[in-house]
Formats: sequence, C-alpha cells, structure tokens
Amino acid sequence: MTALSAVVAQIDDSFFTDRSEADCIRDNGAFCFEWVIDNFSDRYIGPTLEHLVLVGVSVALGFLIAFGMALLSHRRRWLIPPFIGATGILYTIPSVAFFFLLLGATGRGKDTAIIALTAYTLQIIYRNINAGLANVPAGSKDAGRGMGMTDRQLLWKVELPLALPEIIAGIRIATVSTVAIATLAVFAGGGGLGSEIISGSNITFKTGIVVAGGLAILMAIIFDIMLLLVQRRLSRWQRADRAERSGGGGSRGEFFRRKPAWTAQ
Amino acid sequence: MTGLPVAIFERFTGAIDFIMEKRPSQLGDGELVGGPAQVVDFAITHVVLSAAAIAVGLAIALPLGVYLGHRGKGEVLAVAVGNAGRALPELVLIALLIAFVGVGFLNLTIALSILAIPPVLTNAFVGIRQVDRTSVEAARGMGMSERAIALKVELPLAAPTIMTGVRTSAINVVATATIAPLAGELTLGDFILNNNLYGDDGVFAGALLVAVLALVVELGLALAQRALTPKGLKLQRATA
Repeated sequence: MTALSAVVAQIDDSFFTDRSEADCIRDNGAFCFEWVIDNFSDRYIGPTLEHLVLVGVSVALGFLIAFGMALLSHRRRWLIPPFIGATGILYTIPSVAFFFLLLGATGRGKDTAIIALTAYTLQIIYRNINAGLANVPAGSKDAGRGMGMTDRQLLWKVELPLALPEIIAGIRIATVSTVAIATLAVFAGGGGLGSEIISGSNITFKTGIVVAGGLAILMAIIFDIMLLLVQRRLSRWQRADRAERSGGGGSRGEFFRRKPAWTAQ
Repeated sequence: MTGLPVAIFERFTGAIDFIMEKRPSQLGDGELVGGPAQVVDFAITHVVLSAAAIAVGLAIALPLGVYLGHRGKGEVLAVAVGNAGRALPELVLIALLIAFVGVGFLNLTIALSILAIPPVLTNAFVGIRQVDRTSVEAARGMGMSERAIALKVELPLAAPTIMTGVRTSAINVVATATIAPLAGELTLGDFILNNNLYGDDGVFAGALLVAVLALVVELGLALAQRALTPKGLKLQRATA
C-alpha cells in the first residue's frame, strides 16, 4: 500500500521494448549505453527543454519580484524585516507541499510548478540584492550626492552598478538550486527532467535515472559557470580596486578609479 | 472569481476533516485512511527519519568543518562540497539510492544525510575562518591548546553561522523526507504522493502538514540559534 507500489505499478513495458534489445536493459546494469543511444532524442530532449523553461521563467520572475521588493525597501528600511520574514516562509515550505497547496487554485501543470519555484527563489535573490545595496561604500554615495545626483540617479548610476556582482551571485545560487528543485515539478504535473525519473517510467531502471540526473546536474553546472563568468566580468572594477590597494594596479582606466589621496587617512 | 475563495475554504475544511476523522480509502477496498492516529504515525516516521539523517550529517560535517576551518585547510573542498550539494537534485539522489542500493529506512537515512552534509560543512568552515583572529591570538597567548582554541573559542563564536547551516540542512532534509514514500518509508508525504488512496482531501491535508512541520522546525532552530549565540556577540552587534 506504499507509494512505491503505486509507482512500480506504473512501469510500462516500454523500457524493455524500446527498439534496442540489448541484454543490458533486462540485466538493469549500472549504465546501458545502447539504450541511451536509442532513446536519448525521444525521451530526453523534450523534458530537458521543459526543465530549462521551468528554471528560466521561475528565476526571471523571482528576480523581477525580488528586485521590486528590494527597491521598495531600499528607502523604507522598515520594510526589510517583514519582506525577509515573508520570503523566508515561502522558502521554508517544501516544494512538493507547495505544489499541492496550490493545486486547488491553479490546477495541475506548469503554472503551479512555476509559482512554487518562483516563490522559492525570492528569499535568495532578495537577500543578495539587499546585501549588495548595503555594501555600497558610503564614500561612493557621498561622491554621487556631491555631484548633485538625485536619489533616483544615485540608485541607478551608483548603487545598483556597484551592487551588481552580489546581485548576480544571488541569481547564481537561485538558478543552481532551482535546477535541482525543478526535478520535483513532475509531482505538480509540470514536466521537466523529473518525469524521466518517476512518472511512467521505472524508478528502479538505473540507466534512466543516471541519464536524467546527469542532465540536471550538467544543466546546473553550465548555468553556474555562465553566471560566474558574468559575475566576474561585472566585478572587474572590484579587482582593479583591490589590486590597487595592495600596491598593484596600473590597469586601464586606473586614473579614474584611483582613490583620491584625501580618503587614505 | 467568487468561486475561488469558496473552493479554497472547502479544501481546508476537507483537509481538517481528513486529519480529524478516519474515512474509507478511495480504492473502495474497505480500508480506513486518515484520522489522528495515522497522521501522528506518519508524522513520527517523518520526524524520526529526518532527525536520524540530520544527526548522521552533523556527526560527519561538523567535526570535519571545524577541523578544516581551524587549520585553514581545504577551502576548495568545503566550498566545492557546498556548491555540489546545491546542484544535486534530491529526487535523483533518492532514485539512485533506490535503484542501486534498495529501499528502506537505512538507505533513506543515508540519502538524506548526504543532503544534510554540504550546508553544515561549508558554514562550519566559513564560520570558523571568520572568527576574529585577535580572539584566537589572545587564546593562544593565554596558553590554550589548539584543541581548546577550536572548541572553546572558535566554535562558540562561529555558532551563529554554523546554526544557519544546520537550519538549511534541516529544512532540506524535512522537505525531502516528503518523497521518502517512494523508497518505502511512510512519511507525511505518503498523503501527498498516493492520492488514489487518500483522495484530494488527503493530498491537501498532507501538503498542509508538511508545510507546518517545516515551519515549526525552522522556527525551533531559529530559537535554538538565538540561544546558542554567545552573549558577547549579541552585545557586540547591539552596539555596532
């Protein structure tokens, strides 16, 4: 009467009749290469693309909402604790439970999965945007004000650019975690790589799990590296600054980045 | 749109009914499901399984993180394990363990403890490294042994950071224990995953119970974190 039996009951014979008749399918060895070759394009391309959409849409929505919240609370500091608390609750509720709490309102499908995944990313991204804005050196802000910038100009031309590396770091963490959590979207009828692990397939067919899991991990690693490169590119000024402080420097544009002598007291 | 609040209200009352009173299963096989006894039974399995996994994870990750942090070695390892842990899908981990090792309490404890290790290891390492060096030098100057420095100076001062890692671990484990029924252990997740047995009310009740359990664990650990933070650190922060 366990869910396991329910899952096993779903095993279709398709695994064993999927064109290739290789022995390693019946033996269920650690990895059946022939099966992968015969089935990869039919079984994995679709779920991989679904997975990409789930992650991409959720992180993009999460970023937009978190960014809006951060802008709201930037000049209204009292909003920060309630925002952290609310996003913390959304972050804490386990995704699987979240999917099923939403079912009554949104039904089974991608929407439900995306809402739950978006809610999950909010806390991570919001915290990082806040930290990024809080870590902007007071001197830079004073300089901006001294140049006659309005609050709005200060935010968009000084604070946000200086906070970008930390903001991207938040998006990076959120993306990698969401790639992993999105494997659970299958429970909400949202598809993705998780569908190749449990539904309609055999949770004990090793090769299928290894391939789906491997694809999810690979996707996480690729996103991680891409965002890391973006983060590095955007934080070049930081490294130049550091190099200069440690006596190095001499990079392009040094003249503009050099700290005025009067700050070094 | 007027129907939606009503529908949501009906779901809640249905779920409460399911929790409070037994009812015949959806399969029509005469078996009774739901009710306080079954809910408590599944909740206990959920908590015991999670606690076992967290205990095993802590027993491995905490000493290792404190040791590496104290020695200042293995930063790459501590950080890489943390990142890998984030990228590793829970469902894949459990499915792999079922396929390669088998089902049951022990296997699930292993799978879940693997999830519990990365946040604790990374936070223990980072927390210990971030301890004010002057405090460590002062302790060394007083003639404390390295072991005493690690355990009596660095560990308490790193407690808030370490507890943050423990909270993350615990939440991950409690959340993932929801899909433990796939591996044959009947946790609260069974209400959710086995809807042809428990019906829609059961599914919603299960989701509610899992959400509440996770929030209670989070709240409890947040209070523990506050209790474990040394007074000196609190004072320092208050004046800073």
